[in-house]
Amino acid sequence: MTKNMIMGGLAVFVLAVLSPFWFNMVTTTQAAPEPELLGPAKQAKKCVLDTYDMRTSHMSLLDEWRDAVVRDADRIYVAANGHAFNMSLSTGENSCLGCHEDKAKFCDACHTYTSVDPYCWDCHTNPKEIE
Amino acid sequence: MEQSRRRFLKVAGIAAIGLGAAPAINFAASDSHGPGAAAKVKNEAALHAERWGMVIDIKKIDDTLARKISMACHLHHNVPDFTHEVDTQLYPKTRPVNHKQEIKWIWKEKFHYAFPDKEDEFLNEKFHHLPFMVLCNHCKNAPCVQACPTQATFSREDGIVMMDYHRCIGCRFCMAACPYGSRSFNFRDPRPFIDETHPDFPTRSKGVVEKCNFCAERLAKGEQPHCVEASEGAIVVGDLEDPESDVRKLLKEHYTIRRKQSLGTEPSVYYIV
Repeated sequence: MTKNMIMGGLAVFVLAVLSPFWFNMVTTTQAAPEPELLGPAKQAKKCVLDTYDMRTSHMSLLDEWRDAVVRDADRIYVAANGHAFNMSLSTGENSCLGCHEDKAKFCDACHTYTSVDPYCWDCHTNPKEIE
Repeated sequence: MEQSRRRFLKVAGIAAIGLGAAPAINFAASDSHGPGAAAKVKNEAALHAERWGMVIDIKKIDDTLARKISMACHLHHNVPDFTHEVDTQLYPKTRPVNHKQEIKWIWKEKFHYAFPDKEDEFLNEKFHHLPFMVLCNHCKNAPCVQACPTQATFSREDGIVMMDYHRCIGCRFCMAACPYGSRSFNFRDPRPFIDETHPDFPTRSKGVVEKCNFCAERLAKGEQPHCVEASEGAIVVGDLEDPESDVRKLLKEHYTIRRKQSLGTEPSVYYIV
């Protein structure tokens, strides 16, 4: 085998292995949605968790909340910063959607971007969507 | 300083321990504060009981009131009504429903169905016409709780037999186990059949079982269950373990019956007849 064949084969191999990168360079990618505080959430100035903790572990927080509400009948969450919240996705002003009113921006934007499809809204209702 | 192989290995070993310990110490330290300080508590107004129970005075209920009670419960808990005309624009592919797939939490039942063991050839005529309101009995020894393989159905500390719809896998063992037929299965997505979705309570999804939850969501806010509010005094709830409670007073004064008592499930719903 000649040196040229080896080098040529290597070049083809590298091109093929890195093909996802080439693909991404020629196609346009969507920028990750930037979460923004809107409506009451902007004015409230009280958070359930720090931004970082919320981004990384809101799903386990919701999981804990669900067990607390359904199993132990504890429905109020007193956060580390002393503020109390209603452990509910959508009932009342002190719930998730009560403060973060825009579900499309607060939940769906990131979930769609990351191809996550949680089934919360199969049962829970967005008060804004009920006609 | 004299360098020897032995000395070098000693220093390297200590350094390795130091490097390894740092992340472990950081991990332990981060666990001791932060989100750990948060607490989950009950609403101050919440109603408490050692064991919740219900007394239904059948003499005070007529057909209109029975319908009102069922409606109040089903409306607020988003229980689908399969006679409801489906909005074909929103839900184009919805097929009509078999009547056996009906979903109900509290409903009117004839005496000989509600109390088959008390049926009698010469039964007082009036019993054949009284509307017996039946619902989940929130049994002390609930067979559904024992049957549930995922603990989606469980007995709460205060005696309420609750369901965690998130956990229900739709096996329907609980429906087979319940001697009262108190449970209904969602054979299909209930949403097209809900006329007005009530925002205070979720709907269910296809493939889960549902039943009366003793209005746990209202007790948690310090409010009476919907059926009690709609019943004009015919239904009373309270603590069965508290001798001073309203239900215990009623039980003391009246002769009451429970459904299929001989099975030993210890229902918490009593009927004044």
